[in-house]
Amino acid sequence: MDKTEAQGSKSGLAGAMEWVDARFPATETFEYHMSKYYAPKNFNFWYYFGFLAMFVLVNQLVTGVWLTMNYVPSGDGAFASVEYIMRDVEYGWLMRYLHSTGASFFFVVVYLHMYRALRYGSYRGPRELLWLIGMVIFIALMAEGFFGYLLPWGNMSYWGAQVIVSLFGSIPYIGPDLMEWIRGDFLMSETTLNRFFALHVVALPLVLCVLIFVHLVALHHVGSNNPDGIEIKKNKDENGVPRDGIPFHPYYTVHDIHAMVVFLFIFCAVVFFAPEMGGYFLEKPNFEMADPLKTPEHIAPVWYYTPFYAMLRAATFPLFGLSAKFLGFVVMIGAIVIPMALPWLDRSPVKSIRYKGSISRIMLSVFVVSFFILGYLGTQAPSKAGTIAAQICTAIYFAYFVLMPWYTRVENTKPEPERVTG
Amino acid sequence: MSDGAVNEASDEAEDNGTTNSRRYFLIQATSAVAAVGAVGAAWPFVKYWTPSAKAKAAGAPVRVDISKLAPGEMLSPIVAWRGKPIFVVYRDQASIDALTTDVSGLADPDSANPEMQPEFAVNPWRSERPEIGIYLGICTHLGCSPKHVVTDNFEESGQGGFFCPCHGSKFDLAGRVVSGVPAPDNLEVPPYRFESDTVIVIG
Repeated sequence: MDKTEAQGSKSGLAGAMEWVDARFPATETFEYHMSKYYAPKNFNFWYYFGFLAMFVLVNQLVTGVWLTMNYVPSGDGAFASVEYIMRDVEYGWLMRYLHSTGASFFFVVVYLHMYRALRYGSYRGPRELLWLIGMVIFIALMAEGFFGYLLPWGNMSYWGAQVIVSLFGSIPYIGPDLMEWIRGDFLMSETTLNRFFALHVVALPLVLCVLIFVHLVALHHVGSNNPDGIEIKKNKDENGVPRDGIPFHPYYTVHDIHAMVVFLFIFCAVVFFAPEMGGYFLEKPNFEMADPLKTPEHIAPVWYYTPFYAMLRAATFPLFGLSAKFLGFVVMIGAIVIPMALPWLDRSPVKSIRYKGSISRIMLSVFVVSFFILGYLGTQAPSKAGTIAAQICTAIYFAYFVLMPWYTRVENTKPEPERVTG
Repeated sequence: MSDGAVNEASDEAEDNGTTNSRRYFLIQATSAVAAVGAVGAAWPFVKYWTPSAKAKAAGAPVRVDISKLAPGEMLSPIVAWRGKPIFVVYRDQASIDALTTDVSGLADPDSANPEMQPEFAVNPWRSERPEIGIYLGICTHLGCSPKHVVTDNFEESGQGGFFCPCHGSKFDLAGRVVSGVPAPDNLEVPPYRFESDTVIVIG
């Protein structure tokens, strides 16, 4: 009786919230993940990109759904329907440019997000699984981008997809049959387009959303790393709250909204003034319809795959009994998956680059530089000098990982601080 | 509570009464700007659903040749304007006469609803020329397309008209609805003009 009266006296909103909470853990979930999730107070610039990746994901999902309303996934209709969206549908041009620019920016923020992890040792225990889930997201995202790239059915879409699918043909014994199975035809055809469409708009977005949910659950369980690479949970006050933590909401929600506004300035500038980005975001041969009888002069994947593409091309000689063609495939796949081993390769007593020794700093620097050089070389037509440069950079890329157990152990590290620093 | 920054902020709020009202103002102002931004961002997504340039072009006026239409007939095959059926009927003199006399059973014999026809069609035959009637072949009840009936649509007069098979609505040869049927309005008269005596531009 007393209880009912107390409930009745509550204002409408609080009463409604109480009603919901008795049936669904709304407040509990909000507190666990937002208002009582304590994130380290020393987050810096590099900690914006996880949130920004989610923001771009929402952009891709929404604009993607809208584009699907007018896109026709058929050999005859695909290219024309994209032109129809660009010219005749109200704001269709905006929807497509938001989606195509969003794809590039997705990779920009994800690469920066991953660099953050390398910089501050975010992959180290207890965050190994968080890192592995993130790597699977990265691979799923590459697949999503690849399938989506075929859909405009332009000549670059067609031949780019043709080259990537042909990579699987290099696998000994099963290669040729596997290629045919992927395409569903003897060449890239409408059948291939249809299945890529299904994967791009239904299957992979579902996979990505589930993986990102799992990524966040794992993150909130172990807690965020920080630029000092020390565990804030080791130093808690009498209420069990980390002394170096601040509630994610409102502190980091507002912080991230600020980042979103700055991001939108840059993003919108590209969408409105340079959506093709000089041929890097939307390639020129793609303004011509797919033609199975005519390859464009110079085939290059979109910029976000070019570092790996350059490593593929760098394999120009047979090695360990593998043909050059298959070796290139192995090198490329190896380059994509080797970061998964990072939690077990890094033997340093400290996590953050701030306290690691000079070898780690040099290795990370040359790794980043070689990744950029590979990215550039992948966009260029193959040349002799370019191939040698790509081979050196590929060696550096793998050396960063393979030599890590050695150099993280032998170098002198600085002592980690007790509490986080500014 | 444990955090220095939180303590400082709440202390300040107690010390200085203006801090809270300033904070309140800033939150309100930011939210208002964000709301405007959200509406602006939503606009293209809403607008995207309106008819595209192609749909609008497909909805452009159509030309209809009636040189082969004889008295008492309806133009066949039925022409479409914006994808909807257009009935073009050539009424003989007896039918035209009946339109002015048999009006007792009609719901709106004087075309009082201005939305159902252009100004020039507010007359007993609901058309520019008494012999040529042009109507949108969509029943005003639930959108089925009525059938053209040459005779005996009306028990007393034996006149033809339009009969909707879906729910039994009846219209006379000027598209005027009979009272006591489900359809609430007369058939719509589309905008049209005579380019010549035998060519009509509809739309």
